Amino acid sequence: MTQKTIHIIGGGVAGLAIAWRLAQKNIRVVLFDKSEIGRGASWAAAGMLAAVIEAEPGEDVLIPFVLQSQTMWPNFAAELQHYTGCDVGYRETGTLFIAPERDDEGQLKQRYDFLKARNLPVEWLDRATLRKREPFLSPRVTYGFYSGQDHQVDNRALVDALHAACKKAGVELHAHADVQDIKISNDRITHLIVNGESIAVDDVLLAAGAWSGAINGLLQNVLPPVFPIKGQLLALQMDMRLPLLKHVMWTPQVYLVPRGDGRLIVGATVEDKGFDSTLTAGGILHLLRETWEALPGIEELPLIESWAGFRPTSRDDAPILGPSSIKNLSFATGQHRHGILMTPLLAATICEYISEGTLPQIAAPFTVARFK
Amino acid sequence: MSDQLTIAGKSFTSRLLIGSSMYPNQQVMLDSIAASGAQIVTVAIRRINLQGQHLSVQSLLAERNLTLLPNTAGCYTAEDAVFTAELAREALQTNWVKLEIIGDRETLLPDAVELIRAAEILVKKGFAVLPYCSDDPVACQRLVDAGCAAVMPLGSPIGSGQGILNLYNLDIIRSRISLPIILDAGIGTASDATLAMEHGCDGILLNTAIAKSNNPVLMASAMRKGMEAGHEAFLAGRIPKKTHAQASSPVSGLATKAHKH
Repeated sequence: MTQKTIHIIGGGVAGLAIAWRLAQKNIRVVLFDKSEIGRGASWAAAGMLAAVIEAEPGEDVLIPFVLQSQTMWPNFAAELQHYTGCDVGYRETGTLFIAPERDDEGQLKQRYDFLKARNLPVEWLDRATLRKREPFLSPRVTYGFYSGQDHQVDNRALVDALHAACKKAGVELHAHADVQDIKISNDRITHLIVNGESIAVDDVLLAAGAWSGAINGLLQNVLPPVFPIKGQLLALQMDMRLPLLKHVMWTPQVYLVPRGDGRLIVGATVEDKGFDSTLTAGGILHLLRETWEALPGIEELPLIESWAGFRPTSRDDAPILGPSSIKNLSFATGQHRHGILMTPLLAATICEYISEGTLPQIAAPFTVARFK
Repeated sequence: MSDQLTIAGKSFTSRLLIGSSMYPNQQVMLDSIAASGAQIVTVAIRRINLQGQHLSVQSLLAERNLTLLPNTAGCYTAEDAVFTAELAREALQTNWVKLEIIGDRETLLPDAVELIRAAEILVKKGFAVLPYCSDDPVACQRLVDAGCAAVMPLGSPIGSGQGILNLYNLDIIRSRISLPIILDAGIGTASDATLAMEHGCDGILLNTAIAKSNNPVLMASAMRKGMEAGHEAFLAGRIPKKTHAQASSPVSGLATKAHKH
């Protein structure tokens, strides 16, 4: 008996994690990425696991999914580390939300009340408590709130670990393998054209991030409605003898993520600019100015890196998971700003969908059918 | 009976113009626009992808038969604004433009001199110009003289939610200008919209009050109702205010009850 093979398009954290889970079930997996493995949004992200603080109006349907994925993170990180020996930098730092401008306090309170009304665990902090936790905050910061369950992972270490896990589990990984065309007959994909070569396929998973909405060979009514939302980010290097920041921290304008090695990741702009990856003076200025308002001590820090990435965004900012209108094509895309946070649950649900044919209840609200 | 908002020869049943930024996501934006009943939607030309692939904001709005009103947000000079308006005309195939030229970063108040200069240039180039301007009757008159299609005085600074800070000026503008007056900026909640319409505005342009509400779709519906209430009250005409009470039932000649002893 020959076992069927899964072909995955896209080697970001979603494609890699699903490939790993499938390979653990002894399913043959072949994965194509058009460039280096894991160098899209997975590499550009900041690695926040902020299911609570990032909850937004109009997105209540997303809350159970991201909360469940968040609870899976400690075990997922430990399992990955045990399997590969790679540390993914999972750190339980908690997350602060502050307002550097007195004028932003109303907005801060509105956000806090919004989260409280959804029974999300956030704690209001006065100035004294806030400054005790983060002594380098600007003296102008007067209020904030704290989420004790929003932590972080080093997303680049995660890419490397998942890459290693896939190799170890026997996934056939092909970098610089561009899926140029898709051949379809009777609502089934028969072949992928990869770097000019025609490859016969059984089942195909599209996990190509922001590029998922523009794969050649799929008609507009088959393609998942996913488009790129550009984000510019930068990294500063803190002095580890006296780090400026210990928690992940949000202001109404930027977020700051302090890594274990002293890097301070600052993100991110939100721009509808297609696949333009230009870094702009205005983008970097915005990140630095807003960071400086909250944490004036950054003036002395080396600026070590700046980059741009593309969030895979759907119309309602929720992911697109499971079946498509093509019988042997499934989707794992549209994670928007939650791609790293969603990885454990996305891998579990899509693995179950591909191997058992049923999409778990927790993922049911997120099929592409909701856009019809 | 037709009670429509007519700007530059185009008529609309809705008097609400709505912005397309800052919503939690595109679907909430589309649902909010639908709930508001708005037929005109502003888009920031410098913040959208003018390539316009099939999922872009402008294509989603065009699919829904909404009139796009490109704006020149982010411009600080007339040259800048004229260039941006021309980009918009080319990309979106419309000669309408919401002319916005900011003179001060902190307050985002309009620069009247640059605004009038840009309006004159754009009108000559064939644009229908809708200028976002101060609540200054003189500046509004100068914009009318420049050939604008409407005037859009602010209620209070952009995004401040402070409502209408100078009703006196708004009343003077209304009494002197017959072009459409669209109150642009400052609306915080539905009663602000009602008040603007009660004072005779032809329409309202707003964004933040809906997009940043905890429930944008519900707030969009509230704005629609608030505006309709205010507009109908304006048409009906309010009673004059008096210092003393005037009972609504007659106070003389009341029937008296016979007392039993």
